[in-house]
Amino acid sequence: MASALSPSYRNSNSTGQGVFRYLDWVTALIYLALVIFGVISIYAASYDFDNASIFSFSEFSGKQITWICCAFFIGLVILLSDSRIYETYAYPIYFAILLLLLVTIFVAPDTKGSRSWLVFGPVSLQPAEFAKFATALALAKLFSTYNFSLNASMNNYVKALLIIFVPVLLIMAQKETGSALVYLSLFFVLYREGMSGLILGAALFAVVIFVVAIKYASEPLLGMPAGEFACLILIMILLVSMLAAYVKDAFITRNVLLWFVGTALVEWILSLFDWHLMGYAFFGTVLGVAFAYCLFELLRQRTSKLLITLVAFVVSIGFMMSVGLVFNKMMQPHQQKRIKVVLGIVDDPRGDSFNVNQSKIAIGSGGATGKGFLKGTQTKLKYVPEQHTDFIFCTIGEEEGFVGTSAVILLFLALILRVISLAERQPTAFGRVYAYCVASYLIFHFCINIGMVIGICPVIGIPLPFFSYGGSSLWGFTILLFILLRIDAARASRVTH
Amino acid sequence: MAQSFNLCFPDMRKDYRLEKRKYVIGGFILVIAVIYVVRLFGLQITEDKYKTYADNNAFLKKTVYPSRGLIYDRNDSLVVYNQPAYDVMMIPRDVHDFDTIGFCNTLQITPELLRERLRQMRQSPSYSSYTPQTLLSHLSAQDYGRLQEKLYRYPGFFIQKRVLRQYNIHSSGNLMGNIREVSQRDIDNDPYYEPGDYCGDLGIEKSYDTFLRGEKGKEILIRDVRGRIRGRYEDGAHDIAPVSGRDLKLSIDIGLQQYAESLMVNKVGAVVAIEPSTGEILCLVSSPTYDPCTLIGRERGKNYAALVDDHVKPLFDRALQGAYPPGSTFKPTQGLILLQEGIITLNTAYPCSRGYVNAGLRVGCHGHASPLTLKPALETSCNAFFCWGLKAMIDRSGKYGSTDNAFEVWKKHLVSMGYGYKLGVDLPHEGRGFIPNAKFYNKVYGEGHWSANSIISVAIGQGEILATPLQIANLCATIANRGWYITPHVVKEISDTVIDIQYRTRKRPTIDAKWYDHVAQGMRMAVTGGTCKKANLGNIDIEVAGKTGTAQNPHGRDHSAFIGFAPYKEPKIAVCVYVENGGFGATYGVPIGSLVIEKYLTGHIDPSRKGMEQSMLTSNTMATSGVKKH
Repeated sequence: MASALSPSYRNSNSTGQGVFRYLDWVTALIYLALVIFGVISIYAASYDFDNASIFSFSEFSGKQITWICCAFFIGLVILLSDSRIYETYAYPIYFAILLLLLVTIFVAPDTKGSRSWLVFGPVSLQPAEFAKFATALALAKLFSTYNFSLNASMNNYVKALLIIFVPVLLIMAQKETGSALVYLSLFFVLYREGMSGLILGAALFAVVIFVVAIKYASEPLLGMPAGEFACLILIMILLVSMLAAYVKDAFITRNVLLWFVGTALVEWILSLFDWHLMGYAFFGTVLGVAFAYCLFELLRQRTSKLLITLVAFVVSIGFMMSVGLVFNKMMQPHQQKRIKVVLGIVDDPRGDSFNVNQSKIAIGSGGATGKGFLKGTQTKLKYVPEQHTDFIFCTIGEEEGFVGTSAVILLFLALILRVISLAERQPTAFGRVYAYCVASYLIFHFCINIGMVIGICPVIGIPLPFFSYGGSSLWGFTILLFILLRIDAARASRVTH
Repeated sequence: MAQSFNLCFPDMRKDYRLEKRKYVIGGFILVIAVIYVVRLFGLQITEDKYKTYADNNAFLKKTVYPSRGLIYDRNDSLVVYNQPAYDVMMIPRDVHDFDTIGFCNTLQITPELLRERLRQMRQSPSYSSYTPQTLLSHLSAQDYGRLQEKLYRYPGFFIQKRVLRQYNIHSSGNLMGNIREVSQRDIDNDPYYEPGDYCGDLGIEKSYDTFLRGEKGKEILIRDVRGRIRGRYEDGAHDIAPVSGRDLKLSIDIGLQQYAESLMVNKVGAVVAIEPSTGEILCLVSSPTYDPCTLIGRERGKNYAALVDDHVKPLFDRALQGAYPPGSTFKPTQGLILLQEGIITLNTAYPCSRGYVNAGLRVGCHGHASPLTLKPALETSCNAFFCWGLKAMIDRSGKYGSTDNAFEVWKKHLVSMGYGYKLGVDLPHEGRGFIPNAKFYNKVYGEGHWSANSIISVAIGQGEILATPLQIANLCATIANRGWYITPHVVKEISDTVIDIQYRTRKRPTIDAKWYDHVAQGMRMAVTGGTCKKANLGNIDIEVAGKTGTAQNPHGRDHSAFIGFAPYKEPKIAVCVYVENGGFGATYGVPIGSLVIEKYLTGHIDPSRKGMEQSMLTSNTMATSGVKKH
């Protein structure tokens, strides 16, 4: 296959000449809007009352303009390049970047505890940002293998996961956990390419169980923590809904549902006579009987779906039991605290939640239309930390108000949905998988960055694409997006011929 | 070819079942976007607390203190004024290791003191490492200058300008009052105050605090997260300029005040002088007094504690709060009541056989002609006359129906003359004295079991009767005016406003004005030929009227009292002198009173009376009397 895709097959359509004709201008314009909006925000965020000059290279906005010019140049080079070199050299690029990541661990100076920056004189680069497109290319390349199907063999899963997790491990070794977590978003790609939805569902359910169990761990209910009580109810709902929607066996569903509802009613009636059952004994009995019944049905029917359901049921209970242990014993105190702050269990306005509180204040004080360009007090006066990088969204919130923040969210939503639609119109698995990788990264950055700034997600230090100050992030995302645009333009030109 | 076919149309492999999953992924991001927009709507539009938080964060609303009003005396001489002082403040969070020795040397304090102050500061309930804390207060201008030069070396420290009071006099502490830092109670009671503010304490500073303090201004500064000031918000467009406090012009003649104080040196008691026609207090002396300057600045706490512990109780304002038996200075009130009630006429004469003797009761008197009418009775201060008069009034149940009713009428007249209740002087902590009512005696003796004889000593200002020197002086002013008074007050004018209406309104007791002149005549006779001949200023053509008082004191030597006014025809000054344990009224009361009158009316003391002045300036009653007993 490799020889079939070698550059010697190049024809005039796949070179850059027709690229502007077939360029997806919608994406390009959204990109341009985000970058311009971004540099204005950086200017506002780093605006100093005393002395300000937009073209001063000591200012963040001045430097960012330089980065943007470079990014445009990089984008142009990519558009003018041959669309097929990316597929051809996907693996070499991937391995080169892996090597760079590895080298970075050893040569990078220690900055705030992380070793992820390569310093070249006045310019610092973060290889982790460039590993994104390389990993996307490698993954796309893997999926574009002839007749590749994720579910065909376990080996394919292993290969895909290896491509994803090698950079994750290397970046974690650089102590850049936030950047490493970004790669988990590639599970969206695996899902799109055939991975069972159960895995995504299970991950979502695990998060819900984790949050509920931790958040309500200290309130007692029927002799057990309210968190565990709620989790067990959720698990009961999970069992019934899986029996109904996944196993699709009305008979078993009905029996289990009747058993759950019946026992709950008995418990409720008993409680009216002030006769309370102990929580653990009650749930132990109810869930035990349900499990025994399902096991009995499984032995009778022997369907894999029922087995999976039952396994999910048991694993959920086990997971719930171990949440407390994992949280209290295995997590670092500062990690525990961050999670507790986000879940609203503890409040520490001068400590961990200071940043989030300040960013909420900055955004909240913006009101509907904001305080006006350069008129934000919270961000100007450095109440908001990292205001030109990870917390850039605050400046928009404070100065442009709800109008500005909604506009940014709509721009990102439009970009992501556009990338998904580009993905689906790709004729090749390579193009499609690559596009989904781009969408996944964008989804993750968008959700986590804005989520943390408005106090919904824990603080994970990752930038807001195109907005946050910094050359590496901007160049990384520009490369990511423009390779997609180049591949897409090649598709269009090929289709028309 | 098959290969290239696959290359050109690889979407043959496309799985349309899987393509539907784009809706799951697209739906996911759509739901997240909706959640975020809803959340932002909540943060930015529904909630408005964040706006307040942001303002509190970024705006340092710095109070600009107005300058406190100045205080002048009635002759426009400046008595109380302001002087800048400097507090060393620190924001503990911003203070890093600093050159402690250099710092101490600059301020000329010992490192131990600095350590001690830092310890105290941390233990204060209002301590916070984020807000300015007072490290040292009231630096002198020299220390301030030295520190200001080197301040750049000590990040986290700054200097706050304050205003201290300065006094041109070194006495009259109770009258002038002082200023102190507000307490939590002050803050709770008056929304004007914020922690760290100063408010008036005692005296004029307290009662006129709302005029003197002015209105605080606000300066809105922009502050960053480290508390550093980054400039003025919109160039001060929203700043509020402070309004200076109003100046006061006192009715006090500070020269007279200090003269009276000098006469009262080493004596315990009070001197109150009033201008009868206006009710303006010319001097208000409580002795012993103290220097208001001791209650300024860093030493205030220590000095105040010393004043509290002082056994002569200088903080107790005897002129306003002292409740003394008025003694014979009370007799004019009795004459007025008896005349008003028709118990006596100007020709009614009562016998005096060296005292009042009735039903086994004897109230002693001294030798003089007998029987005698009201004016000679006032002239000679005859006890018997007023005892008979009271008996005639109280025991004549026919007119009033009962002893109780008769006594209530008697009491009502006294209250109308300003006794028994606060007069309403414009100073804090005025005392009310005591005038008993019928109920009081019913409780003591049982209902119907008391008569004039049971309470006979009230007729001569003894027994249960208690009055403040201010009330006694007010009586004198009322007699000087022949039947009316204006509530005594110490502030004559307030800049840009008028004084309270009650200090401009004549009050008339329930005694007809016509009777007053007769009483005044009796008092004039006391000066010309009676008990207070020492007060006679005939040689300098001033007609003085007066009345002595010698109040019996069960705890020790009698109290010496005097009331007097002059000139007799157009009175300019009415004075009351009360010297604890001073003996006869003529011993201290009359000389001091007459000297005060002479000094006020002529501006100097006649050589013929220099000896008397000298003896007053040097005499000492504190050494010989048990002042503690009071």
